[in-house]
Amino acid sequence: MPSKTMFEKIWDAHAVHEEPGQPSIIYVDLHLIHEVTTPQAFEGLRLAGRKVRRPDLTVATVDHNTPTWDLSMPVTDEISKRQLDALEDNLKDTGIVFYDRYSPNQGIVHVIGPDLGYTQPGKTVVCGDSHTSTHGALGCFALGIGTSEVEHVLATQTLRQFKPKTMEVRLNGPLPSGVVAKDVILGIIGQIGINGGIGHVIEYTGEAIRSLSMDGRMTICNMSIEGGARAGMIAPDQTTFDYVNGRQFAPKGQDFEAAVDEWRKLPTELGATFDKLVEIEAADLEPFVTWGTNPGMVTKITNRVPDPASFSQAHEREAAERALTYMGLEPNTPIQDIKIDRVFLGACTNSRIEDLRAAAEIIKGKHAHPDVYAMVVPGSARVKAEAEAEGLDRIFTDAGFDWRVAGCSMCLGMNPDVLQPGQRCASTSNRNFEGRQGKGGRTHLVSPPMAAAAAIAGHFVDVREL
Amino acid sequence: MEPFIKLSGVAAPINRVNIDTDQIIPAINLKRIERTGYGQFLFGSWRFKEDGSPDPDFVLNDPKYQNPSILVAGRNFGCGSSREHAPWALEDFGIRCIIAPSFADIFFSNCFQNGLLPVVLPEEQVQQLMEKLEKDPGTRLNVDLDAQRIWDEDEEVVLTFEVDPFRKECLLNGLDEIGLTMQQDDKIAAFENRH
Repeated sequence: MPSKTMFEKIWDAHAVHEEPGQPSIIYVDLHLIHEVTTPQAFEGLRLAGRKVRRPDLTVATVDHNTPTWDLSMPVTDEISKRQLDALEDNLKDTGIVFYDRYSPNQGIVHVIGPDLGYTQPGKTVVCGDSHTSTHGALGCFALGIGTSEVEHVLATQTLRQFKPKTMEVRLNGPLPSGVVAKDVILGIIGQIGINGGIGHVIEYTGEAIRSLSMDGRMTICNMSIEGGARAGMIAPDQTTFDYVNGRQFAPKGQDFEAAVDEWRKLPTELGATFDKLVEIEAADLEPFVTWGTNPGMVTKITNRVPDPASFSQAHEREAAERALTYMGLEPNTPIQDIKIDRVFLGACTNSRIEDLRAAAEIIKGKHAHPDVYAMVVPGSARVKAEAEAEGLDRIFTDAGFDWRVAGCSMCLGMNPDVLQPGQRCASTSNRNFEGRQGKGGRTHLVSPPMAAAAAIAGHFVDVREL
Repeated sequence: MEPFIKLSGVAAPINRVNIDTDQIIPAINLKRIERTGYGQFLFGSWRFKEDGSPDPDFVLNDPKYQNPSILVAGRNFGCGSSREHAPWALEDFGIRCIIAPSFADIFFSNCFQNGLLPVVLPEEQVQQLMEKLEKDPGTRLNVDLDAQRIWDEDEEVVLTFEVDPFRKECLLNGLDEIGLTMQQDDKIAAFENRH
């Protein structure tokens, strides 16, 4: 038998039906759902008289719309409330487990899946959200889908997919000191471009990837979609098994041992080939900051805002000019001279416990710059509780940061957390598109330590020099 | 799903690359629980100025491109969020076909689920088409999915395109994918029994 990549193994193990010229029917092991991309799917089921096939493989929560103010305060946005209520109504009598706004298990879908032990190596995971790629960090094939596909999965527990191509992104050598997972993925996107992964599933390999914790690996896989990829994945190893062990919905005892034996068979075999290979020297990576209006418009903290004239292709030059106008930046400005108004620590990219610890480490005993409003939004109620048990909330509030309740929050500005027009934000989220965090808002994507350091200084600084 | 067979209409050029779904429809407008009514929000930040008035510089506000049903755009159209509200907004606005050098995967798939045809053409052809539409605003294009052909009335533009045969069949007949998959129910059940 020819050697297989990890992706091919998971694909083959889940192929229910394959016919030449048709998309394959792939079985779905875990379907995460939330309030924004499901109302029309449930409506479709109702209109067709169809039922949810496997409520036991479906997990629901609310995250996109929920306000991050205290839980004792109601949802005041009427249309948001209507959408939140619609999910609750749609779930009635389905048997789907639902973590509502007040549940200790509530949180961003991509934080709670792994954290509660639902996400496990070898699984196929889908959700009506592009950042489902996050779960690939555990050695899953995890992908974002549209609402029609959500309806398809609810009705059939399968997804129709043309088999994607494979791409290896190999990081050679160890990570330099002061460089974290967010910098790695921003560096990768800077190199491959935001369409570099179209039609491909990326497997991240190499020493620098292996050295990362699970939280770091999730940050990497999370932003696979920003490189245009269908999914991202990392082979499971002892770090993965130790992470899964003991989680609420993970296998226990002998079942866990048996599962690990299976999971050990997942990694890509020697001799298996990918359709595409990209190699990156880890030694070349530095802390990164985006300067433009897509995640590929990124540069090192020691660099300057590029001059659009330096781009060779006309449409890149025009895009850079447009981006600098939107961002209110002059070409050749040193990145470290860019002053900020807001800091957002959160989003499915960087709202896990290690992200909060890394940020707290930087700000301990210091105070946010008087011109900066900084907010911390933990990824889940459990992450929030864990951080509070460690006293991280006190470090943040003592430094003048606002400590909020879990949700997607200002990553996409569907809830009341938004930038005002012209405000400039150092954000640990994943997208810096025009208006993403609020109409006219200006987003710079950075790692949690870089965001924390910028909050203290009032402008971007190189965390390696602190 | 409404079948897509032939289309004839005004084509509007948006000469930008990497148009993301946050531009096609901002997150703030995703709170409805219906599939319809999103056209009013299409390209909201580009169509409307801060005071809410239409921005005359944006192509979809240009009377020369009235009631377009085809969009021509730069590469990687529809990148970013998986929101199906993006094709819903396009469709509700009257757009049934988008021509670009490449599309983001999820958006591409979402189009086919909603009777929209995304056409991939080589970068050079898209650029030439864009220039033609800017030179002769209001140009009407004909799209024939079965023949996989696009042309204008003077036949100054005549293009052929590739489309996956399965997706083509689904679009031509307005097929419901769930219904198709349910025909394989015995195989799904057998898979579940093995696991």
